[in-house]
Amino acid sequence: MSEAMAHKRPTLLNAFIYGFIVLWLVLAAVPFLWTVWGSFKVEADFFSRESWWNAIFGTATIRETGAAFTGDGYYGAWITRDFWKAAFNTIIVTICVTSISLTLGTLGGYALARSGKNYAFWILIAALVFRAMPHITLVSGYLLPFFQLNIWGVLPTSIIVLVAINQPFTLWMLHSFFLSIPKDLDESAMVDGCTRFQAFRLVIMPVMWPGVVTTGLFSFLLGYNDFAVTAMLLSADNQTMVPKISSFLGSIQETGNVMFAVAAVVSATVPLFILVLFFQRQIVSGLTAGAVKG
Amino acid sequence: MPNKTFFAFILPSLIAMVLFIALPIVSVVVQSLHVSHEQILVEVENCQPFGGCSTELRVDTAATAALREEQPLGRFNGLGTYVNRAHLATSELGVILSSERSIGEKWAQILNLPFYKALIFTLVYCFVVTPLAMALGFTIALAVNALPKVTKGPIIFFSLLPMIITPLIGSLILYWMLSPNGILGATIQHIFNDPTLSLRASPALTWGALLTYGVWTNAPFSFVVFYAGLQTVPGDTLESAMIDGASRWERIRYVIIPHLAPLATFVALVQLMDNFRVFEPIVGFSAEANATSLSWLIYNDLTGDSQQFGSAGATSVLTILGVVILLSPVLLRTWREFKHKAV
Repeated sequence: MSEAMAHKRPTLLNAFIYGFIVLWLVLAAVPFLWTVWGSFKVEADFFSRESWWNAIFGTATIRETGAAFTGDGYYGAWITRDFWKAAFNTIIVTICVTSISLTLGTLGGYALARSGKNYAFWILIAALVFRAMPHITLVSGYLLPFFQLNIWGVLPTSIIVLVAINQPFTLWMLHSFFLSIPKDLDESAMVDGCTRFQAFRLVIMPVMWPGVVTTGLFSFLLGYNDFAVTAMLLSADNQTMVPKISSFLGSIQETGNVMFAVAAVVSATVPLFILVLFFQRQIVSGLTAGAVKG
Repeated sequence: MPNKTFFAFILPSLIAMVLFIALPIVSVVVQSLHVSHEQILVEVENCQPFGGCSTELRVDTAATAALREEQPLGRFNGLGTYVNRAHLATSELGVILSSERSIGEKWAQILNLPFYKALIFTLVYCFVVTPLAMALGFTIALAVNALPKVTKGPIIFFSLLPMIITPLIGSLILYWMLSPNGILGATIQHIFNDPTLSLRASPALTWGALLTYGVWTNAPFSFVVFYAGLQTVPGDTLESAMIDGASRWERIRYVIIPHLAPLATFVALVQLMDNFRVFEPIVGFSAEANATSLSWLIYNDLTGDSQQFGSAGATSVLTILGVVILLSPVLLRTWREFKHKAV
């Protein structure tokens, strides 16, 4: 459709379309490129009072360190300020959140997709309301009980909370993926003598992998991007990357080492970059799956 | 599927949601009805050799700490927290509204009340960012749809970045560029020829920056969904519209937009829900002096020197009510459809 119409499109409109897309790409990508480039400079360049050309050529960086690029910010963040520990915690949290979410979510989503009873519908509606709850309102409900039970501040608590917060979304998404698998498949397996669980595990799951991968990506993003839960429920020793970055901001502006935070921000962006690079198609299909099916 | 099997499958997930979503909501309601104990005062008799005796009231620190330790929830306060100055501020609001000032002054005074300041920003953010981001996303989708297919992949790759980025990190990246020594902040000072113009000093600039961030991070979602929707627009309808002499704009207006309307409802719903909990940008932009949100108020109550669970609870309950009001059209419609189907 688009190619056929392109022939007849006036030049002016074409110019406008290309200009607009280029403008959008600049808006979308340049902040990241700018920050990545600037993270290898010293503060006097990245936050230059004289001219932003300094950030490009690294005038002050050359003056202070002798080269146009410096890894001081990264060294300061990762080694001096123990960012590696936060990165390690993030790995634990995201792996656990993703795998537990998917285990619970596939079981629940399968049941919801195959039930057809009224209560299944109401569970989905309740999940929609839960999905809309601002996370910080839930966190304010956790703190007192968690203090009392003495489970505040450790990774497992945060993992379970993130899994639970993630469930409504996971259920909705997996439910809609399961709906796209014909019912006959598991029913014929059960006629052949499988139990419901065997049919689920041996017949349905093997054809569900694309849906599971897509949902897993979004579970991963929720665990990785979360700030409200991890900032409030983890003690300073157990912090993951995002709350660690925010704690940098408080202390770093005093010592004048904002570049630690810039380096940490760039480090935390890299995994997301790689994720989009490899899983672009799954992310797009996940975003549209919920939408197209209503 | 028999009920027993159904519940066997869904039980783990249901337990997780009840324990960590439904119960905390109950806990928040209970907390909001309590405030921490007042300090215990003891009467101490002070006798001096020549001056005689006087009694004075002193704070019994040990007893206060012991009581607070024993009952961390505090004492029952009813709806007291809801109507105090930090929340609905009913009495202050009454005074302001009944005063003889101009509307502008009244508005400024209402904006000084922390809850209303946060509520107004949250609503503005919701209802400005959502339509603008959808319009931008739709325009990008139309433009990409008109380009050769090969360009699609790279464009989607770069477009996804603002959406997928951690909200705190995304807002920090923009904040650093907008700081007075950053590339955009310095440029803005140059354009307006005002060396004191900065995010910290200018509420208007702060609001603008936060709203811009919101559109930047929300637009890709609309773009991706609308782009997928554009692929399903029936070619026959478009062709017959062309034969009937519909211009490009008319084809968009009368064929494409009606076709995408159901998608638009879905996108608007999701984005309104997400924008209502706007929180990280306020932290990232250090914007609390000029703009706060409901979520930020709760965070602030919980992180202060003394954690104010009652205050955080009351704001949380009010926020949850807001979410329910926001969702009510959808819930009502679902309810009606469900009744309809049942009959």
